[in-house]
Amino acid sequence: MTQVRTETGNARPAQYALSGVSWYHGAILLLGFVIVFAAVHLNSREADATNLSALDTLSLWLPFILKGFGLNLLMSFLAMAIATVLGVALGIAQVSQLGVVRVASKFVTHLFRNAPWLVILFTVMYLLPVEATLWGGEKVIIPDWIKATFAFSLPVMGNISEIVRGAINSIPTGQWESAEGLAFTRRQTMVHIILPQCIKRSIPPWMNWYALLTLATPMASILGVHEAVGNAQAAMEAGGGRPEFLLPFYLFLLCLFFAYIYPIALWTRKLEQKYAVSH
Amino acid sequence: MFELIAPFFHDLYDKTGLNFNIFYDRYEYDRFLSGAVISLKLMFGAILLSLVIGILGAWAQGVGSRVLRGAINAYIQAFRNTPPMIQLLFFYFGLGAFTPQVDMGGYTEPLVSAFAWAMIALGIFGGAYNVEIFRSGLEAVPRPTLEASESLCLSKWQTYRHVTLPLAFRICLPSLTSNLISLAKTTSLAYVISVPEMTYVLNQVWSDTINVPEMMLILFVFYVAVVALLGAGLHFLERKLALPGFGR
Repeated sequence: MTQVRTETGNARPAQYALSGVSWYHGAILLLGFVIVFAAVHLNSREADATNLSALDTLSLWLPFILKGFGLNLLMSFLAMAIATVLGVALGIAQVSQLGVVRVASKFVTHLFRNAPWLVILFTVMYLLPVEATLWGGEKVIIPDWIKATFAFSLPVMGNISEIVRGAINSIPTGQWESAEGLAFTRRQTMVHIILPQCIKRSIPPWMNWYALLTLATPMASILGVHEAVGNAQAAMEAGGGRPEFLLPFYLFLLCLFFAYIYPIALWTRKLEQKYAVSH
Repeated sequence: MFELIAPFFHDLYDKTGLNFNIFYDRYEYDRFLSGAVISLKLMFGAILLSLVIGILGAWAQGVGSRVLRGAINAYIQAFRNTPPMIQLLFFYFGLGAFTPQVDMGGYTEPLVSAFAWAMIALGIFGGAYNVEIFRSGLEAVPRPTLEASESLCLSKWQTYRHVTLPLAFRICLPSLTSNLISLAKTTSLAYVISVPEMTYVLNQVWSDTINVPEMMLILFVFYVAVVALLGAGLHFLERKLALPGFGR
């Protein structure tokens, strides 16, 4: 359980600003995708006249796939909300003055940071009960996507916990001392002095983890959640399951995620430069 | 080894019902071992490939033309901002359909196996992060150090070989460690293209014998141990290479 990197800097993989990135890079990439699509389109038109071509099948099932993508987004929002609440609590627990709390929260943090997403997903999907009993005594079946959402929030929780801990530790000691000099209690110091200063420097890594979380949501399709990838695979089946579908369908999915994540990545980078803490 | 632990785990099953059948059933034990070996091989291959891509990419970004730099930036952005799982599916199913088939005498096998595709896809995925890491390391070498080496009459290549590279490697080692660890964890995704690595194998075991919690525990222990070992190894390297007075 010895995760070695503990400073904030390493809790976020994408800390290295890319020099000279601008919107036109994204435009070029999208153009590239479009060209590949066009090539596939021409190719498949030659290939057969009786069946629907790959692109026609794709456009036929487009609403279905986009509906799945909507579920991806919903899962990412909910999971991020859960992860933020739990992660901040866990991060504060990591700097607690009680040794037991510190050790326990450190263990939980590192357990979820070090296990692969897929393993955590399997664990939650198989070990969480299928149905929950409400207070009234009636039983409800927990939908798979809710369980998957919870599973995705766990690794992000661990990483947010590290971000918070790193941010708290990066606040100069003088802040603590002067708060003590003003007769603030530890709790008051935390709430009114330390945490407000942590927010700004935690936002870029937090957004970065949101991007990573969204990129992980397709894994839910392995366990039968009907999100974008699962729906695309179902659409391919429905269209006859021909092998020439595979390339355009998966390429389309890549484009879909790219179109959503790339602006977020650019924005994160901008904030990172803006909030850069100079020591 | 197997003979040594088998009686204990068999006894454990009889007495407590905890079914670690991979440790007392010969067949499952062999499955488990092959899964572990394939997982480790996959990690090793993907990490190696990602390092090669990272070094070449960072070098090309430093000396290359505008077009080459743009192409590398596009590669980095494309692979960092799309889901690794769909990348794997895209490589294996999308591109795999175009690779030639090899006649194995009666049946055909693709030239590039699922394992090789997983290694290639994960290597390229991890490489996209490594290019950035190495480039930032090269850029972080202080200017005055390079000026000093110039004043000592070192040639451009000598400066690169003896000053820039050793310093840059030390600078980027911490972030390299965290990226390689995350890449090692991502290899569990090879499950989606049915590479028989640890996750896939244990999944089969628990489907056969319905001992999900026990196998899940093994899976957690396996990955946490591998990650801890990899982290400890790289951390050891970091301490070994640390120059007194340089950096923190």
